[in-house]
Amino acid sequence: MLVSNLEQIPGKRIVQHLGLVQGSTVRSKHVGRDFLAGIKNVFGGELIAYTELLAESREEALVRMQEQAKETGANAVVNVRFSTSSITQGAAELFAYGTAVTVEDE
Amino acid sequence: MSSFELYLFFGLLAGGYVIGSYLERKHYRSIFAREEQFQDVLLIAAKTPDESLSIEHSEMVTGSVVVSVDYFKRFVAGLRNLVGGRVSSYESLLDRGRREAVLRMKAEAKKQGAKMIFNVKLETASISKGAGKRIGSVEVLAYGTALRIS
Repeated sequence: MLVSNLEQIPGKRIVQHLGLVQGSTVRSKHVGRDFLAGIKNVFGGELIAYTELLAESREEALVRMQEQAKETGANAVVNVRFSTSSITQGAAELFAYGTAVTVEDE
Repeated sequence: MSSFELYLFFGLLAGGYVIGSYLERKHYRSIFAREEQFQDVLLIAAKTPDESLSIEHSEMVTGSVVVSVDYFKRFVAGLRNLVGGRVSSYESLLDRGRREAVLRMKAEAKKQGAKMIFNVKLETASISKGAGKRIGSVEVLAYGTALRIS
């Protein structure tokens, strides 16, 4: 499965569009992490635990998107976009979407 | 407010100022050093690579970071809110976040031997919404398509 945020896959030709595919996940941090981040917050700087958490969740959103693309019979997803929204206190939704396509070598 | 709370407040303020500004300087030094190191990776905001390029491999790369301000800066920003104007404490926070995210994306591209990243997008999300004043942090995500040119 090829994933790109360009409108095409370089070196390939799009032969079929299969529509929008999406993947999302909602994550919250556990209390311990939140507490440590609270302490870290006094001094500022990177909150490594959060960075990791969000990177992992985004990866999962991408995987779910690719699974959906596979179901439609696509072999690539183009024009991928990410979006993040915080829903309630301590929980965030990570969302990835793109266009599923079938490509072949030029 | 009891005297203990007052001491705690000033302690956090002083600690935030001293350690926070030390950490920020350290972070900026590391950003400058790595920006020099990754200078050869080009970022291009265009959507379509030039026809003349012979592309060997393309892959999406991302870089993200969550950064927060220190207690002192948050306090100063709160005061600034009363009169309005430039909130420089948050300006440097976002600047650090963006540059760090871009650097991480470049590092990932370089690991794959790519010299160009096309269609670079930057996204900023406040993950602290609803958490009140406790956590003033932002997440910055940079992503694009890394191309290896033969």
